[in-house]
Amino acid sequence: METVIRTERLTKRFGDFIAANELSFEVGKGEIFGFLGANGAGKTTAMRMLCGLLAPTSGKASIAGFDVYTQTEKIKRNIGYMSQKFSLYDDLTVSENIRFYGGIYHMNRPAIKEKTTLLLEELGLRNEAKTLVRELPLGWKQKLSFSVSIVHDPGIVFLDEPTGGVDPVTRRQFWDLIYAAADRGVTIFVTTHYMDEAEYCNRVSIMVDGVIAALDSPAGLKQQYGSDSMEDVFYELARKAKRKAD
Amino acid sequence: MISLDKITKTYNKGQVEAVKEVSLEIKPGELFGLIGPDGAGKTTIFRILTTLLLADKGTATVNGFDVVKDYAKIRSSVGYMPGRFSLYQDLTIEENLQFFATVFGTSIRENYNLIKDIYQQIEPFKDRRAGRLSGGMKQKLALCCALIHKPAVLFLDEPTTGVDVVSRKEFWEMLGRLKAEGITILVSTPYMDEARRCDRIALMQKGSVLSVNDPEGIIRGFPGDLYGVQAANTHLLLRELRSYSGTDTCFAFGDALHVTFKGDQPTAANDRPADNSAAAALLPYLNSKGLNDARLEKITPGIEDCFIHLLKD
Amino acid sequence: MKQLSTFIRKEFLHVFRDRKTLLMLFGLPIAQIVLFGFALSNEIKDSRIALLDYSKDAVTTRLIGKIEASHYFDIRRNLASGEQLNAAFKRGDIKMAVIFPQNFGDDLIHAGKATVQVIADASDPNQATTITNYFESIVTDYNAELSQNAQQPLQIRPELQMLYNPELRGAPNFVPGVMALVLMLVCTMMTSVAIVREKELGTMEILLVSPFKPIYIIISKLAPNLVISIVNLFIILALSDIFLDLPVKGSVALLVGCSILFILTSLSIGLLLSINAKTQQAAMMGSLMGMMLPTMLLTGFLFPIENMPVALQVLSNLVPSRWYFIIVKRVMLKGLGFSSVWKETLILTGMCLFLFGISLRNFKIRLQ
Repeated sequence: METVIRTERLTKRFGDFIAANELSFEVGKGEIFGFLGANGAGKTTAMRMLCGLLAPTSGKASIAGFDVYTQTEKIKRNIGYMSQKFSLYDDLTVSENIRFYGGIYHMNRPAIKEKTTLLLEELGLRNEAKTLVRELPLGWKQKLSFSVSIVHDPGIVFLDEPTGGVDPVTRRQFWDLIYAAADRGVTIFVTTHYMDEAEYCNRVSIMVDGVIAALDSPAGLKQQYGSDSMEDVFYELARKAKRKAD
Repeated sequence: MISLDKITKTYNKGQVEAVKEVSLEIKPGELFGLIGPDGAGKTTIFRILTTLLLADKGTATVNGFDVVKDYAKIRSSVGYMPGRFSLYQDLTIEENLQFFATVFGTSIRENYNLIKDIYQQIEPFKDRRAGRLSGGMKQKLALCCALIHKPAVLFLDEPTTGVDVVSRKEFWEMLGRLKAEGITILVSTPYMDEARRCDRIALMQKGSVLSVNDPEGIIRGFPGDLYGVQAANTHLLLRELRSYSGTDTCFAFGDALHVTFKGDQPTAANDRPADNSAAAALLPYLNSKGLNDARLEKITPGIEDCFIHLLKD
Repeated sequence: MKQLSTFIRKEFLHVFRDRKTLLMLFGLPIAQIVLFGFALSNEIKDSRIALLDYSKDAVTTRLIGKIEASHYFDIRRNLASGEQLNAAFKRGDIKMAVIFPQNFGDDLIHAGKATVQVIADASDPNQATTITNYFESIVTDYNAELSQNAQQPLQIRPELQMLYNPELRGAPNFVPGVMALVLMLVCTMMTSVAIVREKELGTMEILLVSPFKPIYIIISKLAPNLVISIVNLFIILALSDIFLDLPVKGSVALLVGCSILFILTSLSIGLLLSINAKTQQAAMMGSLMGMMLPTMLLTGFLFPIENMPVALQVLSNLVPSRWYFIIVKRVMLKGLGFSSVWKETLILTGMCLFLFGISLRNFKIRLQ
């Protein structure tokens, strides 16, 4: 399998504080990679480095073949990003949002138009094309966010806690979209607080105190820690964490 | 202790129906959970009960006091922890606690034994400003501030949202200990697995109550049998199950798929599926599709299974 | 390039969908043009002046006729003595007095020159200069007219006396205006922002669901601003005494008392603004746009109120700083006592009570 993300002892220091400590791992094309860790474990720092938003202190990393120190602009063009806190503009309509993000990713007008029709069809939002995003129910917003984050057909998409607060059915529909994208060869790098979602991933890494404490498939991890569920595995690792107050 | 009678609340001149004719009774000393996703109406109900919002229709009482007429009495006797961490970000842990103790006419020392277990966990950081605490610590501080005056009723609106798994577990353990002190606790959460910890729960979606019962009762109410199906290639399994004619519902639950079958006659817990049922025919079907390692077993539904099922109706 | 245009397009959409900001962006310039173009001006018309004619001869009568004919002055005839003039100046009833001494005409014809005494209220030096200039230009014209038919040039010389501010310094007009502006702005903005911040952070929710009475919330928000403003007041007074040579001529106690009244009024406006503002930003904008503009334009220290169209004059009565400005000028510059400012003080008290009444009544003890 082709490797699309490769890191070698990737480290980030803020003064004396080592937020991310010598992270080394690889992610293959089309993989659904779960990136877990308690708050303060260093997840966000690591993700930012991979997205080209934060320069590492030391170590190496390449995303989609581009170097994380020298080719951040190329990285940004070839990845998608969705976070729970923000993805869409509330006071713009559905199609305006799609058009905006398409333009940001250098798509030309015909391509955007085509993609818009496709997306609206896929999500069942054809009648809502001119609706302001703030008037959509949360579940539709989430699904639209995801689709917009891959509007430019990137090879890798980073999802930062994408399913917070939605009802169980919508959550699963969201994962259907993720599966469909993975089938098309998109690599999914996702963080989540829902432990059952960790099971949907091909492999999962768990960060504790800035290092990767465990990395394997969910089945492998459960066997390793003698647990029935990812929740128990996570709990075992996380409760030994020293960084509680941050 | 707390009662709601056909409470209705709309926003935007009736355009958004946040709460639709909700009626609930919560007994003294109960640990009661409002379970549901965003938009279910949980926060609105909390705000009506803590007298911060007026309902459009219906009545409610807390500790015998009417939420409209006797709001002042309610306000002095309940503890409230709102959805966002509403403490003073630029005051330290100790200063925040001190402030709220004074606001409630008491002191930290007076009810220290009540908050001791929780406070001891954050005490090493008592001079740190609240704004610089992690989610888990802020949540513990907020709980202390809500308890400092030993309220009769505690309202906790999504106290565990956005907090890591470890802190969430610890938090529910603390709630259990508080319940032992006789405090009535109304707590809301979108995490279905936390529902098991409550005495009784109300499942809510889009302003309506889907079901009210103790967790066991809700689970018993699941119609029919639930099966867990597993295979190494979960993704493929999902596809095949969805195209299997005998499948009624199929939802992913971690590494297993929870499935109900059409035309099913419910069987007793340990019975195998009837020979001519859709369930029995599943494995051969999957084998024919290349899933030779598929396994099928009857399982006990969880709260989330019940919730999903209730959503369908 | 395409990225840029996409982003710019989005920014335009954001702006045009925000009604409130749009109103301000377009409404403000239009309002300003209308105001500055048509309503506010530095020109002075119909200034109230007193004319005392002790000579009553042909020359004075003719000159007075010319003064009347010009549109600059509104002449009061009912003042007959020096004390009455003094009182009128103190009350601010007249801006200028012209006094023709006895035998004015005779002096002029026999000696070739005569002096007319002109006293002007220089507490607003710009105004005083302008009015006296108007007068002098009328006199100059008249001089030219008289000289035409005579053998020697005849000269009427105005002898100017500037009251209250003989050196025509800007400070006496400026300082009271600044006091009113600063106190009003600080109190309104700080109070409204402090209350709204509590709402925005969510701490207001917890405070409300507690035995803490809402009135205490209000008092605790007002208290620091009250103290700070009083300190500010003393700083301004000290600075104007030491550096601008502008001490308080009248009773300091009276001035401080009225200032506290004004501060309380401003605080209550801040309270009122905080009720409807949802964000700190909105509170700040409301204070600035809502209060700064009227205060600056309608207090009377930049533009004389008497020269505004009637509609604006009526409007200016609603601006508390207008009344405070009068009080400060009278007490600080003219050294007058309570008897001269009781009317303004009463008005200010009324405003204060009214505003507090409304804001307390509307203070939301609930979230909606």
